[in-house]
Amino acid sequence: MNVTTYSYRFQPGKVRYEFFRLLPISLFVVAFGAAFGLAAVQKGLEPLQAILMSTTVFAGASQFAAVDMWGSEVSLIPLMAVVFAINSRHLLMGASLYPMLREMPPGRRYGLLLFLTDANWAVSAQEYQSGKHNLEVILGGGLAIWLAWIFGTWLGVYFGGLLQDPKSLGLDMVLGCFLLAMALGGNKSPRILVAWTIAAVSSLAAWKWLPPHTHVVVGALAGGAVGFFWLEKKPHNNTGNANAEGEGSS
Amino acid sequence: MTVETTTAGILGLIAVMTAVTLVTRFGGVFLMSFVTINPRIESFINTMASSVLIAIIVPMAFSGDVGALAALVVTAILMLTLKKPLPAIAAGMAAAGLVRYVGFTVF
Repeated sequence: MNVTTYSYRFQPGKVRYEFFRLLPISLFVVAFGAAFGLAAVQKGLEPLQAILMSTTVFAGASQFAAVDMWGSEVSLIPLMAVVFAINSRHLLMGASLYPMLREMPPGRRYGLLLFLTDANWAVSAQEYQSGKHNLEVILGGGLAIWLAWIFGTWLGVYFGGLLQDPKSLGLDMVLGCFLLAMALGGNKSPRILVAWTIAAVSSLAAWKWLPPHTHVVVGALAGGAVGFFWLEKKPHNNTGNANAEGEGSS
Repeated sequence: MTVETTTAGILGLIAVMTAVTLVTRFGGVFLMSFVTINPRIESFINTMASSVLIAIIVPMAFSGDVGALAALVVTAILMLTLKKPLPAIAAGMAAAGLVRYVGFTVF
């Protein structure tokens, strides 16, 4: 590689727009944060330590798993293994944004990745499928979720769980439903559907038979393998079903 | 090796967790910078991206309760028919709440 120019034009105004776009889902993140804050103090963390953890780690599922392992002593290697395994999906999520991220200088590239989390990544990855380059949502949406996660943790450690039973309102399902809606909103070519089937079967098999927390990476790589071996004929034609089905309407 | 959960110990554990998580946030992009992007890699990345979502959701549907399953099924149906995320998500959560409420009154 010789001289490199970075062609991604990052729009600060769009960052603010994406911040507000992910604000609704951030409200639910506050509820999760409160649940985490409560769990953390119950396991013996000081309120400020729980808030510090949410601020610097910013990865909910792994934080819940970590405080689950808390006691008067914590085994370091198992803790690192669990945190790595649960968060290893970030490796794939980051990699999937690389075609856009390489268009910006390394400093900004890795700065953005500090805010990488499921929801803002799902939006960015889904829009990339339809040809839109949106890294602003990683920063704007990520900030909204990060602040909500910290605020929620703060509420949880000082005021306990916000709700008696968040599950009774379906609050535990908001992220699952959000990610599902993002997946189904993307393009659904036969190739993608085959990949999804393979991903679903492999992730279930990994969940059942492989070590805990490996199913996301296993399923995603299995689905990706379909794309590796089965190339779309015209990779840049994502404008929809302009094939024989179009004759149906008269 | 174990770490005592004194103040210093806890701060150390939080630092370790932060470092491990940062490795996962940075690692994928760092490794990709050694890979030449060709159509095959691009195709791999794109199929993998949506497969990540499927690999999170499907085990969630199987490991959760009936409410979790109801939430995902309702979200899927509405998303495929209406193609609007917010109503689909809201209806999914409502379905989970409803199924759980009914379940609680039966038993």
